[in-house]
Amino acid sequence: MTGATATVFVTTFLGSAVEAIEMVAIVVGVGATRGWRSTWFGVGAGLAVLVAVVALFGLALGSVPIGPLRLVIGVLLLVFGLQWLRKGIKRVAARSLTGMGIAAATDSERWVGPGVDWTAFVLALKGVLLEGVEIAFIVVSIGLAAREMTAAIVGGASALVLIAAVGSAFAAMFNRIPRSVLQLVVGILLTTFGTFWSLEGLGVEWPSGDISILPLLAFYAVIALSYTRIERRRVVAG
Amino acid sequence: MSTPLSRVAAGVGAFFRFWYGFIVGDDWTVAVAVGAALLVTVALNQRGIIAWWVLPLTVVVATAASLRRTAAPRPGG
Repeated sequence: MTGATATVFVTTFLGSAVEAIEMVAIVVGVGATRGWRSTWFGVGAGLAVLVAVVALFGLALGSVPIGPLRLVIGVLLLVFGLQWLRKGIKRVAARSLTGMGIAAATDSERWVGPGVDWTAFVLALKGVLLEGVEIAFIVVSIGLAAREMTAAIVGGASALVLIAAVGSAFAAMFNRIPRSVLQLVVGILLTTFGTFWSLEGLGVEWPSGDISILPLLAFYAVIALSYTRIERRRVVAG
Repeated sequence: MSTPLSRVAAGVGAFFRFWYGFIVGDDWTVAVAVGAALLVTVALNQRGIIAWWVLPLTVVVATAASLRRTAAPRPGG
């Protein structure tokens, strides 16, 4: 392996890993909160659309309008994430941190119907599609620029497989977290990703580029915890 | 007995109900606030004014206002 090949591998691996973490966070969060069956349908549909897009555009993937895609998916995740954020705040406040032993089957967010849970399906599809396209972008742009397409593909695929494996390991842990807390956490995640992608789609520059997603996540987490405390005081008083 | 037309109408209705629930949910003001914030962001951005803060600030204010309007559910409820 030459130095250039190794550099391309490491660069695509790290860049793809960041996107894969966002993808897996959404899929694991939605699956643990709403149920896995429809979430896996959404993942499968997202991967199918992604494969079709990559097959259609190939090395011309850079011509896909990623800005509008980020805007549409970002806004949809944001407005839906805000619903879960509000519900999560209210439920955690109402049940308090000591009395949250809620059986999954009794939680209204868990899908128990016979058909497909379209909410889980759409959320998983959007997460997989947008992040998958971004990973494909990274692989194609770096691979073409360095004329090391094989190393770029191996780097991107390795990151996706590794992060998916880590996500699978954490999925079991997520299943033990009370649904109300999980809904609050996933609401914070969806609100963060939705805000970030919406503004990226509009062409707005963040102060620290992609790293800005971390302080944004911390900011929303602090706000959510503060609102939960206020709601808790309101429940206790009222 | 349902006709093909009524099945199509039911399907279209279910489609719009799903997307209304997905986008608007239980509080339409939050979705409107997000839409307005995006328009303000575009306007500021076009004038070269730093605008990334508008949407997070709107999220914080709209969420607080929405929580104030709706009472928290009872413990165990």
